[in-house]
Formats: sequence, structure tokens, C-alpha cells
Amino acid sequence: MLPYLGCIILFLIGIYAILTKRNLIKIAIGFCLLEYSVNLFFAFIGYKKDALAPIYANLSQARNFVDPIPQALVLTAIVIGLGTTALLLSVALRIYEKYKTFDIKEIKRLKE
Amino acid sequence: MIELYILLIISIGAGIVAVEIKDLLASAISLGIVGFSVAIMFILTQAPDLAIVQIVVEVLTVVIFVGVILKTTHIDTTLEDKLNVRDYLTKGIFALFGIFFLLFSILALKELPQFGMPIMKIASHYLVKGFEEIRAANQVAAVILDFRGYDTLGEATVLFTSVIGVLTILRKIGKIK
Amino acid sequence: MTIIVKTITKILVGLIFLYGIYIITHGHLTPGGGFAGGVIISASFILLILAFGSEEIKEKIGYIYSSIFESIGGLSFLLIALFGLILGSYFFYNFLPKGKVFMLFSSGIIPLCNIAIGIKVSAGLFAIFLAIAATRFIMKE
Repeated sequence: MLPYLGCIILFLIGIYAILTKRNLIKIAIGFCLLEYSVNLFFAFIGYKKDALAPIYANLSQARNFVDPIPQALVLTAIVIGLGTTALLLSVALRIYEKYKTFDIKEIKRLKE
Repeated sequence: MIELYILLIISIGAGIVAVEIKDLLASAISLGIVGFSVAIMFILTQAPDLAIVQIVVEVLTVVIFVGVILKTTHIDTTLEDKLNVRDYLTKGIFALFGIFFLLFSILALKELPQFGMPIMKIASHYLVKGFEEIRAANQVAAVILDFRGYDTLGEATVLFTSVIGVLTILRKIGKIK
Repeated sequence: MTIIVKTITKILVGLIFLYGIYIITHGHLTPGGGFAGGVIISASFILLILAFGSEEIKEKIGYIYSSIFESIGGLSFLLIALFGLILGSYFFYNFLPKGKVFMLFSSGIIPLCNIAIGIKVSAGLFAIFLAIAATRFIMKE
């Protein structure tokens, strides 16, 4: 159970960054930490003791493999994570171009 | 499994540094440390597919972060001014939320199967069928592209949407008159 | 960048590109697949941009080609799935002959899907990086 708890703590650090930080880059970093913790949690759930990676090497191999389904779910999610991080950072770039700051307190004045 | 715990502690420490440090470049590098230790943990939990993707994606993430920071500024100015009542209030609310979240997650994690002993009801079926009927050696590829093709199609759509979003936000202003 | 970086980039880019193609085409036999190989191929293009810089003309060509390839990848993935509906019984039906295990041409439509996803992911990530690296911002006060 301890490895699961490590993932939960990493998740909480990400939420802390999103909720209490005022810098846009720090918020993007918080989102990245959330992604990593969830991916890691999936990989831990599928892990089986003394088992091999789910790839056959020869015909007469015993089927002592880790669970392939969580790995298949996470594999696509990692690449999507890069796309969403890039989307977040491009929004941050446009905001910096207009307001010359990353501080979300200064961005309140939308008219002007 | 002592390596796993060491890497978890390293990644938690690097995560705290990435959130709290004043220099944004150092923050991006600390995020890289977290990502690479996650990649090594994928190898330790017997997931080489994930490790390959995670390493390359992490390199690209750090490159994009550094590119954005070099274009703008690399000092977090929000850490300079003094904390007022509102900041303490948000931190207090987060602490309350965190304690409750941790308690409930401990209660929930007790119900999960033990670490290292998953229930593989569907997976045992897939492992037999994927080898004998689809005849793929890599079972992860068999799951993502044959048993669960819809899922991959949906994820491809999400990636397409995010690419369109980035191109729309960053296109040159004044192109359409 | 300096001449050292440019020379070494010229040597390395081809090897990285080949490695990406290997990862894509052997996705059903060894670790890897369309997503991993696509990210590696886009990393080779990004290395080129970082070493040689992005000029205006190249930038425009890069946009056009990456959008074309992104659309080709997505559409061919969808077409493979639709062929399953036409030739077989359901969406994503594995309609090709399966072949022998551990051969390159085996396991039906999985290699084709891997190639389509590889084209799509590599073009998409390259377009994202090009947009972030090449857009000119007015950052002065």
C-alpha cells in the first residue's frame, strides 16, 4: 500500500500548486505533476510480483505477465498530456504578451 | 523493491522543489527530474512501452517549458511580496482538504488488492486470445489496437483537438483582414 | 548554434529518424508502437529546428506539410476501422490474415494502425513545437 500512498502525495503536491500558486508556469507544472501521479498509479495497479513485461519472447512461454490493460490505457494518456501541456503554455504565452506578467492577480483587469 | 521507494521519495522531493523554487528554469528542470524518475519506475514495474514513451515525452516537455521561459521571464515575481490574509486562508483551506483527502484515500486504498497481486480476470482472457487469435507478440499493442480500438480513436481525436487549439491560439494576428 | 552542434546534428538526425521508423514498424513484436515512434520522429525534426533555427519560408512549408500529414494519419486510421465494418462484421474488425507469430507481417491490422498513428502523432507534435518556437511575440514594454 505504501507505493499507492506515494502517488497520492504527488497528486496532492500538484493540487497544491494549482490552488495556491499565482504564477501561470507554476500552475502548468502542477498539471504535469497530476498527470505523472495518475499514470504512475495505473502502472502500480497492474504490477504483479515476479512477473515479466507482457511481451512474448518464444512460443512455449509460461503466461506469468503483469496486467497489460492499465499499461494500454496509460500509453495514450502520456502523449495526450504533452498536447494539453502545450495548449496551457500557449495560452500563458499569449497572456504574457498582453499583460507582461505571469501573475494571475494582475490579469484581473480584462478591459483596457 | 527498495529502489521503488527511493525513486518515489526523490520524485516527491523534486516535485516540492519544482513548486516552491523562485527561479522558473530550475523549476522546469525539477519537473524533468520527476518525469525521469517516473520513467525508471515504469521500468521497475515491468512496463517498457510506457518507459520509452515517458522518456521521449519528458524531454519534449522540458524543451517546451524552457522555450517558453526563455521567451518571457525566468523569475517568479509572485513569491516576492508578503503573504496577506487571503494567502493564509487558501493555504489553510488546502491543508484541511489535503488531510481529508489523505484520510479518505487511505480508507479507499485498503479496499484495493494488495500491491503486487492484481486481479487479472479480463487480462488473463486477453493474454490468451491476443497470442493465439490475433498473434501479436506485444500484448499491449494487441490491447490498444484490437480489443480497445475505440479508446485509441478517442485519444487520437483529443490529440488532434489540442493541436488545433495550439495552432489557433498562436496563429499570427492580422492574417485575416 | 555553433558549427559543432550543426555537424553532429547532421550525423544524428538520420539515425534518430530510422530508430523511430523501426519502433513503429515493430510495434507488435517489441516494446514501442505508433505513439512512441511518432514522438521519436517528431523529436528528430525538433532537433533540426533547434540546431538550424526556423526561417520564415521553412516555417510556412512546415505548417502546410504537418497539417497535411496529421490529417492523412487520422483519416487513414479511421478508414482502416471502417474497412473492418465493410468487409467484416463490426468497427475495428481485424479483417486481414493473421500470419505467423513473431513475423513482421503478422497480427492483421495492428501494423497498419501503428503506421497511421505514428504519422499522426509525429506531425501533430511537430506542428505544436513549430507554433511555439517560431511565433514572434512582442515582449517589450
